Amino acid sequence: MSGKDLPGVVAELEHVCVDFGGDRVLDQVDLRIQRGDFLGVIGPNGAGKTTLLRVLLGLVRPTCGHVRLFGQELRRFRDWHRVGYVPQKAVAFETRFPATVLEVVLSGRAGRVGAGRRFRPHDRAAAEAALRTTGLWELRDRLVGRLSVGQQQRVFIARALANEPELLLLDEPTVGVDPEGEEQFYELLRYLNRERGTTVVLVSHDVTAVAREVSQLACLNRTLFFHGPPEEALRAGTVERLYGARNLVVAHRH
Amino acid sequence: MELFQYGFMQRALVAGLLLAVTAPAVGVFLVLRRMSPIADTLAHVALAGVGAAVLVGMSPAVGALVLTVVGALGVERLRASGQLFGEAALALFLSGGLAVAVVLLSLARGLNADLLGYLFGAVAAVTPQDLVWMAGLAVGVCGSVALFYKDLFALTFDEEAARVQGVPTDALNVLLTVLVAVTVVVGMQVVGILLTSALLVVPALTAMRIARSFRGTLALAVAVAAVAVLAGLVASFYLDVAPSGAVVLASIALFAGASWGLRERR
Repeated sequence: MSGKDLPGVVAELEHVCVDFGGDRVLDQVDLRIQRGDFLGVIGPNGAGKTTLLRVLLGLVRPTCGHVRLFGQELRRFRDWHRVGYVPQKAVAFETRFPATVLEVVLSGRAGRVGAGRRFRPHDRAAAEAALRTTGLWELRDRLVGRLSVGQQQRVFIARALANEPELLLLDEPTVGVDPEGEEQFYELLRYLNRERGTTVVLVSHDVTAVAREVSQLACLNRTLFFHGPPEEALRAGTVERLYGARNLVVAHRH
Repeated sequence: MELFQYGFMQRALVAGLLLAVTAPAVGVFLVLRRMSPIADTLAHVALAGVGAAVLVGMSPAVGALVLTVVGALGVERLRASGQLFGEAALALFLSGGLAVAVVLLSLARGLNADLLGYLFGAVAAVTPQDLVWMAGLAVGVCGSVALFYKDLFALTFDEEAARVQGVPTDALNVLLTVLVAVTVVVGMQVVGILLTSALLVVPALTAMRIARSFRGTLALAVAVAAVAVLAGLVASFYLDVAPSGAVVLASIALFAGASWGLRERR
């Protein structure tokens, strides 16, 4: 695939602020995501983790600062097929939606193919590959709503993988997933990151699991507290301070 | 069947089947997007178009088409801007459309007899010329759904993920609303303004109970609507009841049958 632009940097936030109705949700965030990173973004509820992800996806426009994807200003970025997005869906997902696993995974390529054009054999091949990678091939003709939450989560991952993305962004992907499903899920991410070289950004509140899996940790609570290897964050007590900080904020407000 | 030896019944059947293909093809997306009330709203706006057309001596179908599409764009704009609650915007257009219709039709006195036809359909009065424009609209709607099928699916299944991927969600939302508007004008002729939304919604609901895929849902919804049209027309002929009511009741009976059948099987 095209790795021609910036050598190592996949995504970059520079002095990014986001305000929602007068509340500053993100404040002066600087973050550089390198190719091949497995980055976990952690922080307490309301820390702005999801907002950070939505800024990277172009769904939230920052009040100030710059966002670049693959070296391009976000506003001019058009190669969205290079970015895979796995929303926090397992819980909010409409289980009565009459669609098969294959139909949903194939829909991941709709944007890339272009409006008004049909899927071609290579689109179907990419969807099949994504289904096999996620272990869903046998379930491809089942209705998505009839699957377990863990399987549904894998459907959403497969939909993102159908584009063979270089950057995979996941928002709280293990919510509602049972321990076995969670283990399979991290195994899949490890495989994508190490074998395929996919850059993975994982937003989660599950600090222990994330710290165990990722190569880079970003601790966020409106500002970026820390960005580096997880061992370093644990040693320095950053994680404790991060979650302590929420209590401080709450104490101020009441 | 000897009833289809009559020309008016043949035309009624063709008109009904045109609607049976068009309405569910749009309706499945509408129901799954939780936008089904918009069909009812646009139907009332269509009546205002009829009123305006009657007043200036234009073809009612043209007036309905123009005003419904304009109304659809207005509703979609209000919805997308988030200035009003979605359903409040619909209520505004629904009552507004009806009010305009009543005022305009009262200005054009003497045509009140037709009003009932527009409200409840006049499928037995469909002319060959009517069939031509209805077929044109039906081809336009079904062709658009076929052309943008995968895009509409992506939009309907997960609008945000579709937007992230670069699917033109804003344009598709407008397209879907306009398709509803056009469908409503076809439906107006067959089952009338007050019952059009039934054919968009009920066959879609029925198919969703049974089908095992999205493609299957669309196909089954069309089949269900076609059976309802046929059954409704036959019943209206032999029992001498209003065809629009009979068609809609037939579609509801199919929905009830499907629901009951599923419960029995489990």
